[in-house]
Amino acid sequence: MSLETSGKLADDSQNSYTMLQRPALEVRNISKKFGSIEALKDVSFTINKGEVVGLLGDNGAGKSTLVNCISGIFKHSSGSILINGEAVDFNSPQESRSHGIETVFQDLAVVPEFDIAANLFLNQEIISKNPLLKWMGWLDKKAMAAQAQTALKRLNSRIPSYSEKISNLSGGQRQAVSIGRAVNWGADIVIMDEPTAALGVEQSAQVNELIKLISSQGVSVLLISHNMQHVMETCDRAIVLYHGKSSANVKMSDVNAQDLVGLITGAITEKDLK
Amino acid sequence: MNQHFTQLSRLFLKREYFVYYGFFLVLLFFAVTLSDTGFFTTTNLMNIVRQTTPITIMAIGLTFALACGHIDLSIGSVVALSALVGAVLMQDYPMPVAIFAALMVGVVIGFINGVLIEWLKVSSLLVTLGTMGVIAGLSRKFTNLEAIPIINQNFNFAFGSGSFGAISVLFIWTILIFAVGYISLNKTRYGRHLLATGGNAKAAHAVGINVVKTRIIALMITSSAAALAGLLYAGRLHGARYTLGEADLLTVIAAVAIGGTCLFGGRASIMGAVIGSWMMGVINNGLILSGFSTNEQLIARGLILVVAVAIGAKEDRK
Repeated sequence: MSLETSGKLADDSQNSYTMLQRPALEVRNISKKFGSIEALKDVSFTINKGEVVGLLGDNGAGKSTLVNCISGIFKHSSGSILINGEAVDFNSPQESRSHGIETVFQDLAVVPEFDIAANLFLNQEIISKNPLLKWMGWLDKKAMAAQAQTALKRLNSRIPSYSEKISNLSGGQRQAVSIGRAVNWGADIVIMDEPTAALGVEQSAQVNELIKLISSQGVSVLLISHNMQHVMETCDRAIVLYHGKSSANVKMSDVNAQDLVGLITGAITEKDLK
Repeated sequence: MNQHFTQLSRLFLKREYFVYYGFFLVLLFFAVTLSDTGFFTTTNLMNIVRQTTPITIMAIGLTFALACGHIDLSIGSVVALSALVGAVLMQDYPMPVAIFAALMVGVVIGFINGVLIEWLKVSSLLVTLGTMGVIAGLSRKFTNLEAIPIINQNFNFAFGSGSFGAISVLFIWTILIFAVGYISLNKTRYGRHLLATGGNAKAAHAVGINVVKTRIIALMITSSAAALAGLLYAGRLHGARYTLGEADLLTVIAAVAIGGTCLFGGRASIMGAVIGSWMMGVINNGLILSGFSTNEQLIARGLILVVAVAIGAKEDRK
């Protein structure tokens, strides 16, 4: 069953994409072994430009392993990853990042003591162009402030100013800064690992809005979530992992939350939906 | 009315301002109570700055270790070892060689501290407590508890005894190291990565900052500053002895803490470290002029550390 699915996906990716639907990320038959344990078995899927795809699965289904392969933390045992149609091979998170893949974590990876501008540019600081100051690593705070202001506008956010300290922001606003940082770095593909797990209802809604906004700007999103309502609202498509295999690849318009739960637990398969 | 009060208090009761208020109050207190002793004269105040310089330099250095969430207890013993290495080498080698070797004592010990902490993944408190003992023992062993005199007058001038008119070279050293410390911490990429590492190491790591390297460099800066402080002691006293810096640890930590640097990382103030160290110097000087002994000075230092940490903890819970 899973082989059929992945075979079908591979066909899809080769034939039926128009320019508008070009896959930003393509994963072909990826497997990952830890010793004798096969955490991922022959997983294939694609994400198009500007598409929001949910990555679903029970604990231990292989979601984290898959994400770690894509973000360069693990090296997959076999199979291939293609970005904009070009095969890539990541040996470190930096290499993945340099190909435009950014990861946003659930635990709000921001520095509370810094202001928004400093967080947006963390480890991506703009350095003064003066040769001597450049050698010292002198920060060009003006340039960063100006760009931070533009970035905040792009995020359409309710955050008042780039000079606001992170510790004065709500959880939702903090997550917006994390996502903003990923987008600001020119990421084409943003992987979000449970971005709303630590947030309340209203703040989750803000993050959902933001995901839709960045996808409308052409950024592809791979969203890991246990919240089916969240997935139904935000995603265009969902990929379900079951025991390390991609067991389903469904459009949101074809399923309801109950179907998704069925697919995740293995109670139903993709065939049962049709 | 009440709202205005809240706004005002928010404006003036910032943690980073406390050290200025404290410094001013201490100065005012001694200026009044010691008005007949010449406490509040340019000569005496300059003297305080001069005598406090090694503490100031150590405080600026320790700010870097604290900024990334580490502490370095070995700085006091680095002071003695660096001063002794400089003094011994200056007997047989040219001055620059001796100075370089003394400063390298700090660089190397900082590196060893850093590597041990990161490699063993043990708290910096324990690792540097250990290296503190080892270094202090080495200083005692190799000098047989004897003082080493320094007769090189150029060295003594540049590193402590000299002055340009009323301006002591030690004051110039303070300004210089303040500028270097302030710029490194607040204006450069390294400073930002350091504070990010101290503020949220997970986030720093997630965005690709090499937190281990950042922390090791911070400990090397801290230790190097202590080595320079050792040379400044040696230059002022025209010699070195294993007791140099022995009693400075508490003073330095109290100075940095009262200056607004969080002892657990993420928030640091170089200006605060300087003012904090001057405050400690004024208190010492004032207590001596008031006729108190070193015992009372020790009590005062301990109390200040406790108060500073208490204020900081209250702020962090907000």
